Amino acid sequence: MATGTEPPTTERHPRAGGVRAAGRAAIAAPHLRTDRWWLAPAATAAGLLAFVVYSTWRAFAGADYYAAPYVSPFYSPCLAENCEPMKGGPNWEIFGSWWGISPAIIILVFPLGFRLTCYYYRKAYYRGFWASPPACAVAEPHKKYTGETRFPLILQNIHRYFFYAAIPVAGILTYDTVLAFRDERYDWGHMGLGTLVFVVNIVLIWAYTLSCHSCRHIVGGKLKHFSRHPVRYRMWQFAGKLNARHMLLAWTSLASVALADLYVYLVASGVFEDPRFF
Amino acid sequence: MSGYEARFKVWRGDAHGGGLEDFRVEVNEGEVVLDIIHRLQATQAPDLAVRWNCKAGKCGSCSAEINGRPRLMCMTRMSVFTREETVTVTPLRAFPVVRDLVTDVGFNYRKAREVPAFVPPAGVGPGEYRMMQEDVDRSQEFRKCIECFLCQDTCHVVRDHEENKAAFAGPRFLMRIAELDMHPLDAAAESGVDRKRTAQDEHGLGYCNITKCCTEVCPEGIKITDNALIPLKERAVDRKYDPLVWLGSKIRRRSSAG
Repeated sequence: MATGTEPPTTERHPRAGGVRAAGRAAIAAPHLRTDRWWLAPAATAAGLLAFVVYSTWRAFAGADYYAAPYVSPFYSPCLAENCEPMKGGPNWEIFGSWWGISPAIIILVFPLGFRLTCYYYRKAYYRGFWASPPACAVAEPHKKYTGETRFPLILQNIHRYFFYAAIPVAGILTYDTVLAFRDERYDWGHMGLGTLVFVVNIVLIWAYTLSCHSCRHIVGGKLKHFSRHPVRYRMWQFAGKLNARHMLLAWTSLASVALADLYVYLVASGVFEDPRFF
Repeated sequence: MSGYEARFKVWRGDAHGGGLEDFRVEVNEGEVVLDIIHRLQATQAPDLAVRWNCKAGKCGSCSAEINGRPRLMCMTRMSVFTREETVTVTPLRAFPVVRDLVTDVGFNYRKAREVPAFVPPAGVGPGEYRMMQEDVDRSQEFRKCIECFLCQDTCHVVRDHEENKAAFAGPRFLMRIAELDMHPLDAAAESGVDRKRTAQDEHGLGYCNITKCCTEVCPEGIKITDNALIPLKERAVDRKYDPLVWLGSKIRRRSSAG
């Protein structure tokens, strides 16, 4: 429409790639967002970093992980000979005496892999650590992007195998929680503050595990006709309800597992005694 | 709320260049950004180009970026901004600009044509389709799409990497593939089209790193990532990366589950 009205102060093409690519609206700024878009990725990165630092310290410490009747979830099951003896507890010396470093490293590979390949955590660290993208409609700093099409990120596709592994791990943590209903002399029918911490933790661990996108797919999502599989349809609906809160469960279960470990550490290292309810 | 004079910055120009132009414009109670753009047209910038149609959030025409966020202009109330705030309106930044707030969204139509259409089942004629509600619930969520292309605009795979446009269909059309793959009567597999495999091999599903911006901007509230893209990724894993599923399909001699 020719009206004789000229555009205002202009920027000319070409300038660079992405939102500054030739042909797109000439705007020099990588984004025009005015809200605090950086807050979410910054908080995510800080939260994840705090957990990584804490869990690395605790996993390699190899000490103060058992205070009868509680065993830290980072060290359960304990599969080497250098584990502290736990009466009735999850210490099976499968790895024998040759395993010299902290026994936590053996088992932590599985929950670590489960969370590392989790669809929610992928979003969190792609945004928080890799700025790909840092936030919606905020230009990412990378010149090239291939996503999850190549090695190593194509390995994210093995998430379901970590889900399979997460089930027995959660089962063993459930066993630990049952054992927490003993006292320090291993007598049954007792409960302390630690028992409560373990119960909350295991509920959150199971909720997070069952809210997994791979779980939702396996129990029913892969079907084309729900009407022919009413039980799996129910299971899919249940997994879907949990799945809607996957992010919340990812964070709360991450915090609860760290807090459960911290609780055991504080009791085992003698900072305080476990308050007993009965 | 009584009327007030708001500060606006509106991008004006074309494919050769342009910039943000300042306006002061009247705003009244209950108005949306599209009302203000129309007032600008009526009072100060008669040649301002803007694409719009229903003004009810259902036609998907008035997509733009408001304060840097992909939004429908007709569904963005002025009451969400403070009176002191300058409201910046630009065209979608992932597509070539035609003029002012109008972009060329032809990329999306090209991608739409690349997705094989619904394949009718053999022996069932038009009008004879019978489906259980629980079987079509998933696909029906995706049918709410109004094709505003805000998800395509915000997806960093193509927004920040023009070179990926050839390989990547974008969330809207990956969702279309998911819709068809979940459709209880789609007979693509029987006709030799493996939607799960081609989603990864031909439509660039692997480029998606599930950062959920498509879901965040969808004006229809479709859970694109959780309900379409991730399930489609899992279906692609069934086909390409899971030896157990492969083995199971060989033993049971069937290509897809129930």
